Amino acid sequence: MYPILEKQVLSDVTKLIVVKAPQVARKAKAGQFVIVRIDEYGERIPLTVADYDREAGTITLIFQEVGKSTMHLGTLEAGDELATFVGPLGHATEIENYGTVVCVGGGVGIAPIFPIARALKEAGNYVISIIGARNKDLLFWEDRMRAVSDELIVCTDDGSHGRKALVTEPLKELLEERPGEIARVWAIGPGIMMKFVSLTTQPYKVPTIVSLNTIMIDGTGMCGGCRVLLEEGARFVCVDGPEFDAHKVDWDNLLARQQFYREEERLAVERWEHECRLEGVLREGGA
Amino acid sequence: MSDLTQRERMQIPRQEMPAQDPGIRRGNFDEVALGFTEALARREAERCLQCARPECVEGCPVEVLIPQFIRALRDGDMIEAVRVMKVKNGLPAICGRVCPQEVQCEIKCVLAKKGEPVAIGRLERFVGDYELARRTCPLDCCEPSGKKVAIVGSGPAGLTCAVDLGREGHGVTIFESLHAPGGVLTYGIPEFRLPKSVVHGEIDYAVECLGIEIRTDHVIGRTLTLNELLEKFDAVFLGTGAGLPSFLRIPGINYNGVMSANEFLTRVNLMKGYRFPEYDTPVKVGKRVAVVGAGNVAMDAARCSLRLQTLRAQGTGENPGEVHIVYRRSRAEVPARAEEVHHAEEEGVIFDFLTNPVEIFGDEHGNVCGMRCIRMQLGEPDGSGRRRPIPIEGSEFDIEVDTVIFALGTSPNPLVFVDAEGLERTKWGTVVTDQETGRTTKPRVWAGGDVVTGAATVVSAMGAGKRAAADIHRFLMGEASW
Repeated sequence: MYPILEKQVLSDVTKLIVVKAPQVARKAKAGQFVIVRIDEYGERIPLTVADYDREAGTITLIFQEVGKSTMHLGTLEAGDELATFVGPLGHATEIENYGTVVCVGGGVGIAPIFPIARALKEAGNYVISIIGARNKDLLFWEDRMRAVSDELIVCTDDGSHGRKALVTEPLKELLEERPGEIARVWAIGPGIMMKFVSLTTQPYKVPTIVSLNTIMIDGTGMCGGCRVLLEEGARFVCVDGPEFDAHKVDWDNLLARQQFYREEERLAVERWEHECRLEGVLREGGA
Repeated sequence: MSDLTQRERMQIPRQEMPAQDPGIRRGNFDEVALGFTEALARREAERCLQCARPECVEGCPVEVLIPQFIRALRDGDMIEAVRVMKVKNGLPAICGRVCPQEVQCEIKCVLAKKGEPVAIGRLERFVGDYELARRTCPLDCCEPSGKKVAIVGSGPAGLTCAVDLGREGHGVTIFESLHAPGGVLTYGIPEFRLPKSVVHGEIDYAVECLGIEIRTDHVIGRTLTLNELLEKFDAVFLGTGAGLPSFLRIPGINYNGVMSANEFLTRVNLMKGYRFPEYDTPVKVGKRVAVVGAGNVAMDAARCSLRLQTLRAQGTGENPGEVHIVYRRSRAEVPARAEEVHHAEEEGVIFDFLTNPVEIFGDEHGNVCGMRCIRMQLGEPDGSGRRRPIPIEGSEFDIEVDTVIFALGTSPNPLVFVDAEGLERTKWGTVVTDQETGRTTKPRVWAGGDVVTGAATVVSAMGAGKRAAADIHRFLMGEASW
């Protein structure tokens, strides 16, 4: 069992947990992910490493409550334990001094873009970061991102904080205003955001790396559920990725595949919310 | 009855094993074959002629002392039957259920020459189940040797190797990448064929008796590497199996509803998807399922699909749907165990022989809606000795499907070969070993099972685990150098 040492509520639906898992922390690098299972009944879900502390033997994860499993995970507190915690999985980000780079983090994608931006900064890059979310409440780690970036652009869809824009807007301006200057772009966020970042950078031929988060079970190449179509054929996100050349990804296929269990996910959430309500009623009744 | 003449023994018919009725079992995941009663087992044991030179033993990859255990069973001495069994086989309740006995021990039975062989597999299962329920004969181990062995993978090869080394007094640690031990026994073979209570009962029993440590959630190649294991252990055995699924190289394999049998079976078995939403992992099949391939894995996938369809339709009055096995060769070449094919047909799986998919079609949402197939005919024998299937030109036809499951065989997972220089592999990705000893080209590293042979059977992996354990023991005791 893997104890949760610390928990922070970053927004109503965004939570941070620090988990004790020395064997994972010993090896984890920016760009890699872990597979988490809450208990005997739980799913195995992939979550990207947001931070690690080799000495303390801990891994920091940030997740958004989007389905039953993440909602359940969000109810756990420091002192609770996870049944499964495997990793680090996937390839680490290829960090070099590329010159000027742009790191784009959307929504909960801010968490995994942070260690990448930090590593790029440490490698001597001039790091421009763009972080965005639907609204102010969903933003987090602005200070941490600022600390590892030479320039930081913050935006929200509704303008409640920073600039009122989608992340692709400042990105396009950078590409326009600084032609030939930007060597590489990283983008992590919802599938649809990564698709549009890819479409934004493609005309400028700036190499763009995305970190894909697909449905998977084992995370070691066994199930093939995570396969993504690239120009050269199908690849497994878990062992060939999770980072890929954004310009080669078949985005429509990726987005369609994420919908396959939508009906089951809806059912599971309904059942979970019902259980939570029942529990609430029972607790109040007992008190 | 023990003083029957040989003639009288030969007149006893092979005893049928009770099984769930096909119409009922297609609506549940409970075990299909119910096992012999003691009376049936003893009756079947009477059929064994106790050959002086038993050929059945030669047919067994782990050389179970077959006539001796059957003799003890016949005499009603169950404790002796268990003891004899465990000399060679630490996992009889598993082997009795999943070994292809018809091409191993039973095919060699002298009775098979004129009629039906002794039901060795069913008797083995009877002995295994007896022992699981009563634990009469804990495996004992020698004095601790002070040597440490790492076993990578807790499937049939790794478990067998671990048990044999544990018995010799070596300190054994098994590393498993998933959250539960058993490898393919846990994630691949369904509950109705091999109940997980049997798998975990058998594993727990052996592990407790021998003080073996199992570390789950450890992916070798990621969490730790082979070279790191070699720093801490005196020897390493790789029994990582063949976990990588294959997909046909045809258009449309990424539509929703196309999946590997590995994914489908892992959702069903390891994650208990058939009990969704009680368990969180969903699994779904449509009304028209095509399983491509005809090995044991294909039969398992087809029969799980049928059960999911039946469970879904229960109480709705709706037609549950259809499950097809699509296979490019003919019935004679079907590689699955005979009993599995028989059970699948009884349950209503439809076999489309000499049929090969060439393209999968999807609808506007990216979901599978059809598959184009081509008819095949059999030509000259190929490298495998089976007649090569050849497409019949112009014979393409379309079938309506909403789920396609590929069960086309698997290859070794390359993750374990990260940080493992010097470990030679074949062009198929399997590990090169010495057949007798299981030694790889990397000092102090042995390998066995599917990671060496490519996808094969549970018991052949156990045989390899056993041979490697014997050589590892000789090496650790200084009786053999590297």
